[in-house]
Amino acid sequence: MSSVTSWQDVPLGTVSFGATSLDVQTGLWRSMRPVIDSERCLSCMKCWLQCPDDSVVTDNDLRVIGFDLFYCKGCGICAAMCPAKAITMESEASFAEKPEALGANPGEAASHVG
Amino acid sequence: MSDKNMVMTSGNLAFAEAMRQINPDVVAAYPITPSTEIPMRFAEFVANGRVTTEYIPVESEHSAITACVGASAAGARVMTASSANGVALMHEVFPIAASFRAPIVFGLVNRSLGAPVNIHCDHSDSMPERDSGWIQIYCEDAQEVYDTVLMSVRLAEDARVLTPVFICQDGFITSHCLEPLEFLPDEFVRSFVGEREPLYPLLDTDNPVSYGSFTMSEYYFEIKRSQMEGMINALPVYNEISKELAKKTGRLYEPVENYRADDAEYVAVIMSSATGVVKDVVDELRIEGIKVGVIRVRFFRPFPKEDLAALCRGKKGIAVLDRSASIGGTAPLAAEVKSALYDLPEHIPLQEYIFGLGGRDFYAEDAKKIFYRLINGEYSAKADFIGLREGKKDNGNA
Repeated sequence: MSSVTSWQDVPLGTVSFGATSLDVQTGLWRSMRPVIDSERCLSCMKCWLQCPDDSVVTDNDLRVIGFDLFYCKGCGICAAMCPAKAITMESEASFAEKPEALGANPGEAASHVG
Repeated sequence: MSDKNMVMTSGNLAFAEAMRQINPDVVAAYPITPSTEIPMRFAEFVANGRVTTEYIPVESEHSAITACVGASAAGARVMTASSANGVALMHEVFPIAASFRAPIVFGLVNRSLGAPVNIHCDHSDSMPERDSGWIQIYCEDAQEVYDTVLMSVRLAEDARVLTPVFICQDGFITSHCLEPLEFLPDEFVRSFVGEREPLYPLLDTDNPVSYGSFTMSEYYFEIKRSQMEGMINALPVYNEISKELAKKTGRLYEPVENYRADDAEYVAVIMSSATGVVKDVVDELRIEGIKVGVIRVRFFRPFPKEDLAALCRGKKGIAVLDRSASIGGTAPLAAEVKSALYDLPEHIPLQEYIFGLGGRDFYAEDAKKIFYRLINGEYSAKADFIGLREGKKDNGNA
């Protein structure tokens, strides 16, 4: 429903249509952010397999190169799973001063509405 | 001789007969007095192959209404019935049904809520559901129950409304007493109600949808406002449907019934079966030249505020008779009537009465006394009680 701007636009009956979870920015819930040290990554894919939000981003060699912060809730499963300790969880506050794409930072209340 | 199909029957059996003619897709029900006869008679129709309905006997009222919501979201035409504490057990699910725009038609046979346990009529079971988002229609007699079932299927399912309906009738008084009424032919009923055309049926797997997803502060408000639109449309749509049925039956039911109220100086505002005796008293007093009338509120949700206010214009006094109390506040009907009168330029004296709790009888003498008290200018700021055995009189403290 990301294009809804008024009550007249909402679908009747609380209905949501297929694949609307793609529009839900679960990244807004995040307080800890995973950071990958790609040099240490073994490409074992354990983090990719266990991520509940399908947020682990890999390159063509299946090396972890980052995380999709639109969806990453910061649960930390990836860091806990990593046998090479290549992923660390860092406080979102430490990223507050860095420029990000709109909505990438949690706490931007309702930035995705309208 | 009329060619009408007149039968002696009751409100419950008339409701069940209407269900047989409608042949809903799904009925999920759990029996409770005094509505038990509705699912009981309907179960006979199912067992005898008179209908093709999927009948789900469940283990509680909560499960009954939950199954109804699921079936309705799937696209089925769904009906059920309950009373009193059964209705209360369903409470959690009623707002979900309304918000899903699930057009369930529900036979609510009014019975007092325990404790103390009591099987007789008052409106303490339906009134707590007045903010659940369901339409509420209160019927005076069994014929009206039957006719209202037919109209309610159309009303609930109308694309402009899509809102579930409670059809309320007074427990035992209307639900069990036999009266003569007209059943319409099966073919007429089937063509009148037609087939349900669901908007987003879950069984349409080519167009998958989810109902009731988690929705935080970003959209909840808009969804609730959208839901209100169905309720706002209900009365104009109902008026179309009721006129259409009246062409066949000659019986037109307005959202607010006007019984000799036009030129009346004093009126009683009341609902459901107790209206009958007040109408008799009005006829009696009219013979004596006393200008009295009755305003019967049929739709409680949506409340026909404008219709009611228009009928009250210029009256010298109004009595509002509630068959339930809002303990610690103004009784439900009185609160609505007072709110409707607020927009009138004149101030009309009004007395609230509470009567008939737990099935306490309401007599012609009671109605007469109420009219005389209006005429004598006996008003107080508090509700008074009719038929209550009182010791030291304290002017009422409802």
